[in-house]
Amino acid sequence: MIGITSIGAYVPAWRLDKSAIARHFRGEKSVANFDEDAITMAVAAGMNALDDATRKDIGVLYFASASSPYSEKMAATLIGSALDLPRTVRTVDISHSTRGGTAAIFAAMDSIKAGSAKKAMVVASDMRRAKPGSNHEQNFGDGAASLVIGDTDVAVAILDSYSVSHEIMDMWKGEREDYVRSWETRFYITQGYMRAVAEAINGLLKKTGIKPSDIAKAVIYDPDGRSGAALAASMGFNPKSQLQDTFFMAMGNTGTPYSLQMLIGALDGAKAGDKILLASYGNGSDAFLLEVTDNISTLKNTDIMKKLLESKKQVPDYITYLKWREIVDANPQHARPTPVASATNLFREHEGIIPFHGQKCQECNHIEWPPQRICSKCQTKDKFEPVRLSDKKAALFAHSKDMITSSLDVPLIYSVINFEGGGRMITTVTDKEVKDIHNGMALEMTFRKLFCTEGHTNYFWKATPIRLK
Amino acid sequence: MSGIRDKVAIIGMGCTHFGELWEKSQEDLVIDACTEAFDDAEIDPKEIDACWLGTVDGGKLGSRLTRILKLQYVPVTRIENLCATGTDAFRNACHAVASGTSEMALVCGVEKLKDTGYEGSLGGTLDAEFQSRCEVPVGPPAMFAVRATRYFEKYGLSPEKGKEILAKIAVKNHYNGARSPKAQFQKEITIEQVMKAPLIAAPLGIFDCCGVTDGCAAAIITTAEKADAMEKNYVLVKGIGMCNNAAQPVLDDDYGFIHFIENRVSSQRAYKEAGITNPREEIDLAIVHDCFTITEMIIMEDLGFSKEGEAWKDYEAGFFSLSGGLPVNTDGGLKCFGHPLGATGLRMIYEVYNQLNSRCGERQLKDPNIGLTHNLAGNPDCYCVAVTILGKP
Repeated sequence: MIGITSIGAYVPAWRLDKSAIARHFRGEKSVANFDEDAITMAVAAGMNALDDATRKDIGVLYFASASSPYSEKMAATLIGSALDLPRTVRTVDISHSTRGGTAAIFAAMDSIKAGSAKKAMVVASDMRRAKPGSNHEQNFGDGAASLVIGDTDVAVAILDSYSVSHEIMDMWKGEREDYVRSWETRFYITQGYMRAVAEAINGLLKKTGIKPSDIAKAVIYDPDGRSGAALAASMGFNPKSQLQDTFFMAMGNTGTPYSLQMLIGALDGAKAGDKILLASYGNGSDAFLLEVTDNISTLKNTDIMKKLLESKKQVPDYITYLKWREIVDANPQHARPTPVASATNLFREHEGIIPFHGQKCQECNHIEWPPQRICSKCQTKDKFEPVRLSDKKAALFAHSKDMITSSLDVPLIYSVINFEGGGRMITTVTDKEVKDIHNGMALEMTFRKLFCTEGHTNYFWKATPIRLK
Repeated sequence: MSGIRDKVAIIGMGCTHFGELWEKSQEDLVIDACTEAFDDAEIDPKEIDACWLGTVDGGKLGSRLTRILKLQYVPVTRIENLCATGTDAFRNACHAVASGTSEMALVCGVEKLKDTGYEGSLGGTLDAEFQSRCEVPVGPPAMFAVRATRYFEKYGLSPEKGKEILAKIAVKNHYNGARSPKAQFQKEITIEQVMKAPLIAAPLGIFDCCGVTDGCAAAIITTAEKADAMEKNYVLVKGIGMCNNAAQPVLDDDYGFIHFIENRVSSQRAYKEAGITNPREEIDLAIVHDCFTITEMIIMEDLGFSKEGEAWKDYEAGFFSLSGGLPVNTDGGLKCFGHPLGATGLRMIYEVYNQLNSRCGERQLKDPNIGLTHNLAGNPDCYCVAVTILGKP
């Protein structure tokens, strides 16, 4: 039996009230902070799905996104490294379509079936760029989801699937374009979305002999917060009792991870034996028939979407959002220029920077970061073992609030933090409420962008208040 | 080790006006400060046999000093030790004179920070290894302000009381600066002004921070014997202590982020060399590195002038004021002079030199014999502290 063995999700802390975009827009959209992108959110979702036992079994990592920060350069290697997956993991980017999340599930299933991996990890993430004031900006939200697929301890079995490829120019983003574009809405919805998704679901039902009434939850990608329910009703599903909440009013359509996030939402309260329908969209549709197993009782994170959506902060105003997306240039004049990240240095010091390994001195047990050649405590040379700090809790030891930083994060919390179990670093606290900052406060680590120059983003870890209790 | 005590004499010094010197080039500043030093020492520049140039952002070329002054085929060493550059240049020159390899040395420290085009505080020159690692985009104010929150917490000062004590330090230094014709800021200020000023890095406001400034200072040093033979006023070097850290504040989670171990080590070395056992009583004035008001308060404790956690009481009692028991920053300090990195250490020595020679006009202390300078450099991962003790012959 092949299926889902572990799940994780991420929704950024920030929400923009859509009425800030246009007065008649309703609901909220999830907004990645200025230091987040599809890669950082993928790492956040992936970290949620991993523990040490799972980590060593992952043989392949699929990163699915329509908004990878790089159009040339693999993102999955960076994500795999930040997740501290083994160096022998196969890495694949599945790009350019919101259907990539389910395409990755197909690939993961096939890897397990072929025996080329013990476990396969799917990480889907998007932060799609929409033109200010457009319907797309109203509809799009940011977020990520992760699934681990395997054939032992399966909590959600994948029983069958059906796929439709649909060539149509309904939604696209040219390589040199800043924003996602589409043909007129009616064309996109009726001839793109509805046609392909209906065809895939019908194909799956016919292939498996399952009736709509046999489905406990139908998880159907929804482009605009309306069309999903209309489609479900037209196919014989009861939108009220059978349709999984799309979270559209709370976060918007998150693109590639969207149907996966909804699937994770559908597992909250699911019972063994429940049949779940999953259907995605993006130049066609992938439909899956899933069945919840007895292992659902031990599956972690089934309530993670609820928790992530409840844990939120408001973007103060629309101009702040525009600055975060670099639609409005917010760089102060006469600030020191952002330095170009040194590729050679990143290459050499990779272990300390991306998987965030500190080191423990084998003579005196002192833990320090960044890795040194000589222990600062006992001066022993080259005798260390690595210590992963990315999943350690920390406490704020000392701080100040910088009002003149060149960062968009004003006031910037200059922070000295101490890790649980030993180790210290100087960093900043992101996604924070200034009033809550105090020495001694509990923190966790989060993978973020530091700065980007010449298309090269310098990623690193920051501290953040513990989000999910 | 016999040390440096009483071997080296300062026989001349010069210092430019410190400030936003838009009309002065680095060349102008070097010539102005060095000419004043040559005239003060009553020597011909041809007598200089070795030079030390301290500058951080002023360019890599040590030769700029001989090129500007047209000194003829003498060696120049360029020194860099961040904010302690000026004192370190002085220290190296002293060693050469004490060793007998130089008999008449020129030390010059210069910085033209207002030529960089950047606003606000210093950004510093980032090494590649910092750029791709963990660079937190803050300037020095935030890096020092962390100590203020820690200090207030540890020693039981409420945030309001802590701010008020820091304001007293700024007010004291501005009082002195108002009597210091070469200072960048020569106006007295009030506690209320300081307390209500815009925040730079909370809890520090704009009056808790020193300025971004151009300036240059220079010294002529020789052997004690030669100074004696020249029959003019001079000041003797009694002791120098310096140390650089090994990034312990960043690497050791037991480093407390209030006191600077670097201050303690460097001052103890200087005291030992100078034979000082009770600095609070024996030192007549101290010119210290008040890059921020909180730094000055902590320095008072680290140098042994106040008990740990009690410097604030000495400020309340006026102990460090011009008329107090141990006047600190009699010229207004970094608070009023700003901080042109390479020049600051020599500007501090300039004030002690002038006080010991009774040339300080309205702010002149009564018969000081022993003065101290303290120069602190760096970020938490690279502190360097240099302390000098200077005395009358």
